[in-house]
Amino acid sequence: MGAGYTPSQTIGPFFHDALLDRDRSELVARDHRSATQIRGAIYDGAGEVVTDAMVEIWQANPAGRYDDPEDDRGDLPLDEDFTGFGRSGTETGEFSFVTLKPGPVPGPDGRPQAPHVMVSIFARGLLRRLVTRLYFPDEPDANAADPILSSIEDPALRDTLIARDEGDALRFDVRLQGENQTAFFEL
Amino acid sequence: MSQQPTTENAGSRREDSGRQPPYLYPDYVSTRLRAPEKPLIILPKTLSDTTGPAYGRGPVGELDHDLTRQHAGEPLGERIIVHGRVLDGDGRPVRGNLIEIWQANSAGRYTHQKDQHPAPLDPNFSGAGRCLTDGEGRYRFITVKPGAYPWKNHPNAWRPAHIHLSLFGEAFRSRLITQMYFPGDPLFGQDPIFQSVRDPEAQRRMISTFDLEATEPEWALGYRFDVVLEGRGATPMERA
Ligand SMILES: [Fe+3]
Repeated sequence: MGAGYTPSQTIGPFFHDALLDRDRSELVARDHRSATQIRGAIYDGAGEVVTDAMVEIWQANPAGRYDDPEDDRGDLPLDEDFTGFGRSGTETGEFSFVTLKPGPVPGPDGRPQAPHVMVSIFARGLLRRLVTRLYFPDEPDANAADPILSSIEDPALRDTLIARDEGDALRFDVRLQGENQTAFFEL
Repeated sequence: MSQQPTTENAGSRREDSGRQPPYLYPDYVSTRLRAPEKPLIILPKTLSDTTGPAYGRGPVGELDHDLTRQHAGEPLGERIIVHGRVLDGDGRPVRGNLIEIWQANSAGRYTHQKDQHPAPLDPNFSGAGRCLTDGEGRYRFITVKPGAYPWKNHPNAWRPAHIHLSLFGEAFRSRLITQMYFPGDPLFGQDPIFQSVRDPEAQRRMISTFDLEATEPEWALGYRFDVVLEGRGATPMERA
């Protein structure tokens, strides 16, 4: 594992002009009738808000299809205008995305996965990105059956992956350390 | 339930080998409050991570790969050509893939607001570029050699000259942000970011090589930097 791969290094503090010069935080227009806003803060081990991170998301479309040739399930529609990729900084204290809720996608052993968004976090002090997942609060049954969520034994840790409904947006705060640390994945 | 919870402790399978950096590397002070403390959860391969954004869609301008031609005049410093190939773990080229780079100017200063290093800014250098890999996975940038710069990690700390690179690869799992260094830099030994990769072979994979063939007479020195990313790694069973 890992033989021959180029090692990861931190994004450092000076990436903004290169990586955030174009706004990629809105995967659909704000006035799209199904637009969902996702926002959250990242907290370090001292409880301070991390303002120099970059967050990226990757997700399926509402039909549960990924916009990638690897997902060749031709019976499911693709939407040309929806790539499923987004990127946001945290300079304001929060990252923010406007997107569409993804549909369910196949998981290991063919069991379906609950709707979820893949999340990568890059920052100064992170020599490798952190990977987590955002799940939706209005999917209790699908979440309970999700093979990834249900592989996490500690219910408190599992709950860190479920966004909170704030009415106008979903909140997904990320805690890098401490008792309430977010669940992170090894790919 | 067929899926047993699988977790791994601080020394993960990637870190154990020293071929990837650990999250916690106390010599790099910023890792202390940012490295996760709980074991990582092993994520089985699914379409969610064997797919991904190659992100060849954002328009790439004709001069985005040439950081020496983004302003009215030419930047100061040693003009260099940085080129190479992006490959997956099986040696296959990664095609049409976005590469984004950023770097300090030849005096070691970023245009970024937060860079307070008292070295001169260069009005003819912004230090940001992008390009797409071609059908063979090749890429090429023209820029100037970045200077070393000080930082406050420890007394008299200096970063070796480096160019930051961001790559997508073919899948969510292949996403990589790294730094390219220059051969023979005397600052490697005291740099905790470079040293966080413990395996000497893996360290070598972060160092470009001088490339006389890519060097253009009377004009620019060539450096070669190949990048190897994880592939999709999907198996038919997981595609169910
Ligand atoms: Fe840097």
